[in-house]
Amino acid sequence: MSASLSFSRRKTGRFWIILACLLCLGSAAGLILNALSSTIVFFMAPSQVVAHPPAPSQTIRLGGMVVAGSLHTSHATDSTPEARFDVTDGQAAVTVQYQGILPDLFREGQSVVALGRYDGHGFTASEVLAKHDETYMPKEVADALQKSGRWNPRFGPPPDAASWNSMTAPPPIQTTGSGATE
Amino acid sequence: MRPSPSSSGRWAQSPARFLHVTRPVTVPCLLLGLTVLATGLVWGLCFAPADWQQGETVRIMYLHVPMAWLASAGYVLLALCGVLSFVWRHPLAGVIALEAGPPGAAAAALCLITGSLWGKPGWGTWWVWDARLTSMLVLFFLYVGHILTIRAFDDPMRGQRAAALLALAGVVDLPIIKFSVQWWNTLHQPDSITLTGAPAMSMSMFHPLLVCTLGFTLTGLALLLIRTRAALLERRAQSLALREPPA
Repeated sequence: MSASLSFSRRKTGRFWIILACLLCLGSAAGLILNALSSTIVFFMAPSQVVAHPPAPSQTIRLGGMVVAGSLHTSHATDSTPEARFDVTDGQAAVTVQYQGILPDLFREGQSVVALGRYDGHGFTASEVLAKHDETYMPKEVADALQKSGRWNPRFGPPPDAASWNSMTAPPPIQTTGSGATE
Repeated sequence: MRPSPSSSGRWAQSPARFLHVTRPVTVPCLLLGLTVLATGLVWGLCFAPADWQQGETVRIMYLHVPMAWLASAGYVLLALCGVLSFVWRHPLAGVIALEAGPPGAAAAALCLITGSLWGKPGWGTWWVWDARLTSMLVLFFLYVGHILTIRAFDDPMRGQRAAALLALAGVVDLPIIKFSVQWWNTLHQPDSITLTGAPAMSMSMFHPLLVCTLGFTLTGLALLLIRTRAALLERRAQSLALREPPA
C-alpha cells in the first residue's frame, strides 16, 4: 500500500488544494466563533450581570455557585415551593427568586444556571438547572474528605482528585482522617 | 484524471491485500472486544461505586463516554479516508468510509441519547443548546450527511470524492467539541479525563471506564472490519459473476 501512496504531480496538487481549503475553512470557523463568542456562552456570571445589567425585559441565563447559608425555602401546602438563594462567581453575588421544584443536584456550594430576568436588584428565575462539576467520587470518599475537614461541599468543589484518590481503597479511610483525632 | 496503468494495477491489489491481512485478525478482535466489554460493563454497572451526589445515575457514564470517544475517533477515520480517497483516489479508503459512517452515526446518536437521559436527573433538563451539546449534535448531522452523500451518486467514485470533501470540512467540528467546555461556559462540565493531568474522578470509577472504552473500541473496530470485509467480498462476487456468466 505504501508504494501506491507516492506523490505524483497531480496528487501533490490535490493535496495542496485540500490543505488550502482546510486552512481557509478552519480560519473562517475560528473567526466566526471568535466573533460570536459572547453569544455562544451558555450563561453570564453574576459580576458581568452586575457590571452591565441587561434590560429588565431581557431573558438571560445566570450561572454561578450557590452561596452557603443563603438558601431559604418556603413551602405553603397549597402553593408551589418557593426558593431564594444567592449565586456568586467569587466577585459579585446576585439574589435569585424561584418558584418551582429545584433539581435533585441543587444544594449550597453547587454551581447552578438560572434562566430569568434581572431588574437591577434581584433575579427572578423561571427555570433553575444544576451544573455538575467534573469530579466523581464514591460516598465513602466524600464522607472521609468531609470528616477530615479537608472539604465542605457547601463551600465549593472538592479538592484535586490526585490528593484523595488514595482514599478510595476502603481500609485506609478509617485510619486516616485527622478529624477523628481532633 | 485517470491513474497510470501500473499504479492502477497496484491499487487493485490493495483490497485483496486488506482481505488477506484482516482475515486472521477479525474474529479474535471481535472476541477480545466482547470479552473486555463484558468485563468492563459488569464492573462498571454492578461493582463500581455510585457517585456521592448523583447516586446510581453516574453509571450512564460507562456508556456515554465510550460512545462520545467512538463518535469522535470514527470521524477522524472518515477524514483520513477522505484524504486518501481525494488525493490518492484510494479505492479501499472509499469502502472503509462507506462502511464506517453508519456505526459512527450510531455512536454519536447513542452519545446524545445517553447524555439526554443523564441530563434529566442530573441537570434537571433533557437538552440545552450549550456549545458542547450543540457541537455534538452537529457531528451527528455530519455523519448523516456523509452517509447520504457517499451513496447519492450512480458513480461510486464521485460519491466517495464528494463525501471525502464533506468529511474533511467537518473536521472543524472536532476541536470545537473537544474545547467547547474550556472556551465557553457551558452547562456540560469540563473534561474529567485529560492526557496530561490525573483524572478528576475516583480510580474505582476510572478503571472500569477505561475497560469499557477499550472494549467498545475493540468491538467497534471488529464491526468495521466485518463490514468492510463483507463489502469487499460482495464486490468481488459481483465482478466474478459479471465476468463469468453461467454457460
